Amino acid sequence: MLASAQEIMSPPRPAHDDGELLLRGYRDMVIGRRFDQQATNLAKQGSLSVYPSSFGQEACQVGAVTALRRTDWLFPTYRDSVAIVSRGVRPGEALTLLRGDWHCGYDPKATCTAPHCTPLATQAAHAVGLTMAARLQGDDVVAVVLCGDGATSEGDFHEAVNLAAVYDAPVVFLIQNNRYAISVPLAKQTRAETLAAKAAGYGIVGVQIDGNDFGEVHRTMATAVDAARAGRGPTLIEALTYRMAPHTNADDPSRYRDPAETLLWHDRDPITRLAATLRTRGLLEDATQLAIEHDAAAFAAQTRHEVTHYEKPAHADMFAHVYARPTPQLVRQACELTERGVA
Amino acid sequence: MTTETTPRIAAAPETTPAVSMVTAINSALRDAMRANERVVVFGEDVGHLGGVFRATDGLLAEFGERRCFDTPICEAGILGAAIGMSLYGGRPVVEMQFDAFAYPAFEQMVSHLAKMRNRTRGTLAAPVVVRVPYGGGIGAVEHHSDSSEAYAAHTPGLHVLTPATVADAYGMLRQAIDGDDPVLFFEPKRLYWETAEVDLGADVPPIGRAVVRRTGNDATLITYGPALPIALAAADAAASDGYDLAVVDLRSLVPFDEETVCEAVQRTGRAVVVHEASGFGGFGAEIAARVSERCFNYLESPVRRVTGLDVPYPPPQLERFYLPTAARVLDAVAALFTDG
Repeated sequence: MLASAQEIMSPPRPAHDDGELLLRGYRDMVIGRRFDQQATNLAKQGSLSVYPSSFGQEACQVGAVTALRRTDWLFPTYRDSVAIVSRGVRPGEALTLLRGDWHCGYDPKATCTAPHCTPLATQAAHAVGLTMAARLQGDDVVAVVLCGDGATSEGDFHEAVNLAAVYDAPVVFLIQNNRYAISVPLAKQTRAETLAAKAAGYGIVGVQIDGNDFGEVHRTMATAVDAARAGRGPTLIEALTYRMAPHTNADDPSRYRDPAETLLWHDRDPITRLAATLRTRGLLEDATQLAIEHDAAAFAAQTRHEVTHYEKPAHADMFAHVYARPTPQLVRQACELTERGVA
Repeated sequence: MTTETTPRIAAAPETTPAVSMVTAINSALRDAMRANERVVVFGEDVGHLGGVFRATDGLLAEFGERRCFDTPICEAGILGAAIGMSLYGGRPVVEMQFDAFAYPAFEQMVSHLAKMRNRTRGTLAAPVVVRVPYGGGIGAVEHHSDSSEAYAAHTPGLHVLTPATVADAYGMLRQAIDGDDPVLFFEPKRLYWETAEVDLGADVPPIGRAVVRRTGNDATLITYGPALPIALAAADAAASDGYDLAVVDLRSLVPFDEETVCEAVQRTGRAVVVHEASGFGGFGAEIAARVSERCFNYLESPVRRVTGLDVPYPPPQLERFYLPTAARVLDAVAALFTDG
């Protein structure tokens, strides 16, 4: 019997000290990368329709999650599968969208993780509204919005950050600036000096950080989350990172970026860097490393198993949750489909 | 100076006082907010101003800024925030000020509001009510007179309602706010100031039910929202020419009450669809198609449509040519009998 995602991934609880936190982050990043590689393989083998990889962005995605309480909400995009499993969502459920048997495979309420969002930046306003409703009910929930550099060009991004600022909504916007929106480089998204500088236009704090430094991501996120919870409003964080993999398995980066650039970022690998820090500080022994790698292998095996063993969707599922109660027309369509004997 | 020695007692009203549609909407919002503390109203100018049509008048004063507040001008953000609120158990009611001003929120409506329940297999729902004052006939300048209901009706997952009477404006809005589905609530702004002597507390038929406003045996006018008074006026005029017309008010475009519509058409054998929106690809085409599919053997004549013209909504000095009129409806009715 495979362990559940919740059992393998580090439980979301505050670390007692910096060392424990760094080790926990390292563990989730290593597991996350194995999961990510497994998902890419599954896409190449045809078990997933497509997979947008998180490779290279693990420090951002795990660092966003370690800063949150279990009751805080995460609003991820399609590139944030590592963040989603780091929240405790089962890998098969996290990849359901990409396997193509349903749109969202997990119960968002179970882990306070919104469905991964495909239309860019459109989930950002949801985060603002969710925290407003929570505050009205007396809950001190904080929400974190994940998005990429390309999404900051969307009108929805602007409207959401502005709304959050106007209402001091407890929302942290974490931009994973991985330099490319599919093929379009950052220079074609903006003339702004930095994406963090955009915060000034909203009258909120903006910070640019090293997105490949887990400790820095976690500390910045934790500070912003604490400020949001204390009523000091939203923060815009730009984390500099790099999309090591193609946009998806269907992409060809050789058409738009120099392989030398990608090699440069290999030297800044967030996992290698965190391992070096931990070893320097005497926090990562060989035995611990082995145990983590063992857990990562187990998680990859679990991912493979869950993605390839599942109940196929039935056509009745299409009709079941369109409205609270299906309309007479939907009932008729569902019956017609059944009568045609479509399996 | 005289002194009143006997207290004045107001005479009990013999009839229910006349209420305008916009007052009924205001009352529905207030009563819904009183009944459920999770009901929140927000949008552009809905707070201190009370809305450009005063539909939210007094709500800020009674419920405070936490439950009725002005927003920046950002329709996508307004609807997006409302969706987020609903995910946490809130019951947001947002105002889009004018029909054409709601277009920036189109993506939120189509990609999130309509799909949240479906994409999460029912684990999340987005019971948001989006109020859209819509339609023309009020002499407004460009971008203030659109009929955008077909865009919403074409999107699976949304309930699309449009009241045409004062009683429905109150009752249907209360139902919309109490319901578990997202609702696009299209308010015919040309009827905002029409009054009726109605008891707002009286029940109205549930969401998804059409109402026969006038029974008749010769032909059925199928209509909704701002076109209902035109259809009724046409039916009155037709009566003096000896035609006995039924008038069906859909009230709810989605769910669509095929049963009531088809029953009326099967009885009369002739039908005209009347709506203010442009005809091409409009909701009337859906009605006509469904009537043809289900009532073909009862029809004496092809279903006809009287709609807004297939042009961008014209400037106010030309809108009388665009809008359906009783005369155009009567011409269509006459054609049912000559073509048939």
